Amino acid sequence: MNDMKSMSDNTPGSPERRRFISVATMTAAGVTLAPGVMLIDVAHGRPEEQAASSAVRWGMLVDATKCASGCDECVSACSTENGWTPVAESKHPKQAPQWIRKLELQDPLTQAETNLPMMCQHCEEPPCVDVCPTGASFKRADGIVLVNRHTCIGCRYCMMACPYKARSLVHEPLNDTQKPDVPRGIGCVEACTFCVQKVDRGDGTTACVEACTASGHNALVFGDMNDPESEISKRLRELPTKQVRADLNLNVGVRYHGI
Amino acid sequence: MASITFREVEGSSMKYWLLFGGIGLFVLFGFLSYLYMHHHGHVVTGMDNQIVWGLPHVFAVFLIVAASGALNVASIASVFNKPMYKPLAPLSAILALALMLGGLLVLVLDLGRSDRLIVAMTHFNFKSMFTWNVFLYSGFFALVGIYLWTMLDRNVKAYSKAAGTAAFIWRLTLTTGTGSLFGFLVARELYGTSMLAPMFIIMSFAYGLAIYLMVLVAAYAWTGRPLGDAVMMRLKSLLAVFVAAVLYFVVVYHLTNLYFAKLGSVESFILRDGGIITTLFWVGQIVIGCVVPLVILLSGLGRQRSWIMIASALVILGGIAQMYVTIIGAQAYPLDMFPGMTMKSSFYDGVIHEYSPTMAELFLGLGGVAIALLVTTFAVKVLRLLPANLDDATIAKLEH
Repeated sequence: MNDMKSMSDNTPGSPERRRFISVATMTAAGVTLAPGVMLIDVAHGRPEEQAASSAVRWGMLVDATKCASGCDECVSACSTENGWTPVAESKHPKQAPQWIRKLELQDPLTQAETNLPMMCQHCEEPPCVDVCPTGASFKRADGIVLVNRHTCIGCRYCMMACPYKARSLVHEPLNDTQKPDVPRGIGCVEACTFCVQKVDRGDGTTACVEACTASGHNALVFGDMNDPESEISKRLRELPTKQVRADLNLNVGVRYHGI
Repeated sequence: MASITFREVEGSSMKYWLLFGGIGLFVLFGFLSYLYMHHHGHVVTGMDNQIVWGLPHVFAVFLIVAASGALNVASIASVFNKPMYKPLAPLSAILALALMLGGLLVLVLDLGRSDRLIVAMTHFNFKSMFTWNVFLYSGFFALVGIYLWTMLDRNVKAYSKAAGTAAFIWRLTLTTGTGSLFGFLVARELYGTSMLAPMFIIMSFAYGLAIYLMVLVAAYAWTGRPLGDAVMMRLKSLLAVFVAAVLYFVVVYHLTNLYFAKLGSVESFILRDGGIITTLFWVGQIVIGCVVPLVILLSGLGRQRSWIMIASALVILGGIAQMYVTIIGAQAYPLDMFPGMTMKSSFYDGVIHEYSPTMAELFLGLGGVAIALLVTTFAVKVLRLLPANLDDATIAKLEH
């Protein structure tokens, strides 16, 4: 009998059904509008038509004390995610693009060794963006420094200007290993994008960080440096970190501990 | 003041067309080199992700710097009112335009995406020195073009001084811009100094005048027109002053760098341990480019025309060496991201970068030189740029 009653209540025009529809509509509207209006959750994926927000500053913490000698998981993961050929497989290693590489440092006096990944430091004041004649090098509102594949003319002035040797020119025609969401092209300059396709999808992390975590080294943390509650902000508060070439005052987005 | 008759070069002899064809062949080689590089990408060059600007840039920057310097003879005539230089001015202006064209062509044909040149002309970032240079180069063509017009057309002759002054100020700004292409780079130790702007200006004086002298003497010798010693002696003394000034700037630049410990190792690289770069610096830039020409020009040898030609050729060769050291040398030395530490990586961090230019790069660069010479050779045939007579008597009349 109860079943019969509930069925009859759900008939078109019943008060219960009306209430359900109005709640569902409001929820749907709220879910659609709230992130846009209130920017409450920009760390998650954002719709294509919504611009990147300066409320966020994406950044990375590299804990060099945990970065293992001989490990290049981050480099392989970057190559797989972004579709660039690993340098070991390239016929022209000096001309092959490398978005991220492992650096081995040694103090000649103490013999102390340090390992760390080096890539685009996503400067707040990027010299590559300053020098780019066409504006193809640009910085997004959320701090990610990118190259516009359509307006880069391949002048390489940005490569002359980058203090981190972070950028590469695509010297030869690309094979078809390109990823649909990572456009690349011969004659253009490219570099680490902080896996912008993943960030915009809402993954909240990059391929190198995922790989480093999966390998158990946990030397890399990615996140929103503007959010005091993010893991990266908490770790940056605890650990003493340095900027590479801090003397240039570029306010980089990649901070190193243990260098 | 006596008037000067300007006359086109006849340019119908076998010798003229042989010269024209010979230069044209190099233009063709340059164009083929471009097609080859554009088709395959920069993988067929010696350039890589370490040496990102190679031999084409050496030629391009040299030609652009020399272009503004070649205008000097004209500037001395119109801006500084030296009547002796007036008949020399039209050739100076056309040479400036031709060299600029050659340099710019090499520069744009070496772009990774030279097919996107239109993007460079429609998208501007005004914080970029490169963008400013795009305007400086275009303005140079316009102003020097107008200046040349005021020299060739009697109807607008009255504007010659104004046009010449504008072109002179513009050319100083332009070379400041060229030097600042490097001066405004913070990343590399040998760049990032305002010293480069005035240094490039004085380099332009020397290179431009050396090229001017060679073209002038060749044109008069091959057309059988009289060219007196009065002109030659004046110009060769000027060249000596310019070369000495270049040497002065180079010495001050390196001495200043040597004083700072942080620049000690990059200076040792250039001056002592850099292999080919060190050789090019001492033998090319200093001995061939400065010391030997100075000895020739300031000694009795400088009174003989053939020796002035040798000195001019050496200044040009030394200038190319100087550009090579400035552009390639600064890139060959690795970026010092972690001062005091040794660095190793798959990306050639911490090691001196080797560079072996390929034939394609060499011929692209020479193609730019050939374009400049071809334009000049053609221009003297179709325009009245060269005075029929530059003997001492004619020059003497000008000055009284």
